[in-house]
Amino acid sequence: MSLIRLDAICRHYEMGSETVHALRGVSLTIERGEYVAIMGPSGSGKSTLMNLLGCLDSPSSGIYELNGHHVGEMDDDELAEIRNREIGFVFQTFNLLARSSALRNVELPLIYAGVGLEERREIAIAALTDVGLADRLTHKPNEMSGGQRQRVAVARALVNKPSILLADEPTGNLDTRTGAEILELFQNLADKGNTLIVVTHEENVARHAKRIIRVRDGLVASDEPVT
Amino acid sequence: MRRFLAELRESIRMALGAIATHKLRSCLTLLGVLVGVFSIILVMTAMRAMKNNIEKELGSLGSKTFVIQKMPGAYFGGPEGFMKFMRRNDITFAQARAFQRKAAFVPAVGLQASFWNGELTSRYDRTPPNLSLEGATPGTFITNNWGIIEGRPLLDSDLESTRDVCLLSEDVAKTLFPRGSAVGQRVKAEAISYSVVGVFERAASSEGAQGLAVIPITSALNRYGRRRQITILVQASDPALIDDAMEQSRGVLRAIRKVPPGQEDDFEVLSSDSMIKQFQTVTFAVRTGLALVSSIALLAAGVGIMNIMLVSVTERTREIGIRRAIGAKRRNIMTQFIVEAIVLCEIGGILGVVLGMLGANALAVYLLKLPPAFPVDWAVIGLAICSLVGVVFGSYPAYKAAHLDPIESLRYE
Repeated sequence: MSLIRLDAICRHYEMGSETVHALRGVSLTIERGEYVAIMGPSGSGKSTLMNLLGCLDSPSSGIYELNGHHVGEMDDDELAEIRNREIGFVFQTFNLLARSSALRNVELPLIYAGVGLEERREIAIAALTDVGLADRLTHKPNEMSGGQRQRVAVARALVNKPSILLADEPTGNLDTRTGAEILELFQNLADKGNTLIVVTHEENVARHAKRIIRVRDGLVASDEPVT
Repeated sequence: MRRFLAELRESIRMALGAIATHKLRSCLTLLGVLVGVFSIILVMTAMRAMKNNIEKELGSLGSKTFVIQKMPGAYFGGPEGFMKFMRRNDITFAQARAFQRKAAFVPAVGLQASFWNGELTSRYDRTPPNLSLEGATPGTFITNNWGIIEGRPLLDSDLESTRDVCLLSEDVAKTLFPRGSAVGQRVKAEAISYSVVGVFERAASSEGAQGLAVIPITSALNRYGRRRQITILVQASDPALIDDAMEQSRGVLRAIRKVPPGQEDDFEVLSSDSMIKQFQTVTFAVRTGLALVSSIALLAAGVGIMNIMLVSVTERTREIGIRRAIGAKRRNIMTQFIVEAIVLCEIGGILGVVLGMLGANALAVYLLKLPPAFPVDWAVIGLAICSLVGVVFGSYPAYKAAHLDPIESLRYE
């Protein structure tokens, strides 16, 4: 069984009297352990697709199956739980809690998962060590470089052992060198068998993935392995 | 349950963090709550200190004794109401005597009236000028729990022969006769001379009260005039029987004073309990009024809390988006913001309770010379009201926060 199965997914918004069709019937499957890049120009429906994959949004019609769960029929609380357990987000702007230390930031998903205090601390420290930040536990985001912040975000995304890591322009706010570092980290994660989905509009970022899905006008334009 | 407690602990920790980041704003916000709680606690503590003191004084009668007199024990109403009591006929000596004869159902009846206030002198010294000269009967000593420690008690024969004898309270005897016994000596009240036949001691609670010199009530009436309000003191044989005895005494005195059936008593029958109750009914209105005013202050504070929480929610839209993306349910966000409002209120509340108690006790101890009081019940009520304010005024901002769209709020700049 596939990890992700989208079948004829449509998503439209009511903008005043007009209806905007962001997705017009997307079907695709992603297997466990794949490293996929989703590309497309702005307005292509790429962000909507990512929000759907990340269970932040529900499709207007169609079927979305994630790890055997029918996401389309879930209510708000169930979606929150799925996000907590199955999905790790990495954002372009890092989206860390500015006033909390790296450790607190990484602990956050565990708090909502109901993990106890000491266990939580242990797991979070291990996750930060995995991304090479064992010596930055008590630093706040504004005391760290962009690359370090993004690594905290990756540690936070992975701390609950999710089924997929969903990254939205993960290198967009980083210089080339630190961007390359993050991509290397992603490569390592993929090699360890994690499922990665990277949404980007940079060709050279997408090239790191094993498979590129191009979206255009709310439809999958092409879906091919990277050669 | 365990999970809920863990969540609560996390929420409190997050709330403290959020409050600490905006110190000035938080302080200004909780100032409102502080003032509200401060005024409640200040008033209640002051009232409690006064109440304790008055109850102690009213309670000095003991649980077996009650008093029949013209005026009520405590009255705080307007002048019209007071005139009703003033217009009553005095309880005359003849009526009191008649009552004493008919009151065979109780072991002791004493009559007492105050005749003169002034300075008592002996060969050696003089008392402060606030000494009270009381006319009494032998029963007065029993009903007041005055114990003879030297000399002899007042006798019926003293009353019959209207002798110029007197008994002194222990403190007065010590002042007038610092070396040696007072018994057998003579004292003077405005050139009228009395021979001291005994010294009596009062209950420990009357320490520091004005000095007393007691003479036979008949002698006093002859000398100072017969138009006096007499207070009748009655002692029941057992505390359990005091209500019956009070009821019977009412009947007897109504008959003596010829009060028509159906008309209310034209005198007051007061026990310690009933006086305390009377005092409480009188002060109840005052306490409720003040509590109400303080509640209005808390209401205003609550609006301030709500305002700040709404600002806080808008400011932290992105944080809310992050939390939602990471797996926070609406309920989690709701809890977080309500807890934050409660914590804010409670900090203000605790400060208000502490300051209120300190302020009121400073007032009570230094200005009113009363023992301090710590009304724990009101502290608890005050803090409970704070939590309520937090919940009520934190709910709408929390609801707003919980229902933000996660996608929108992640994009919020």
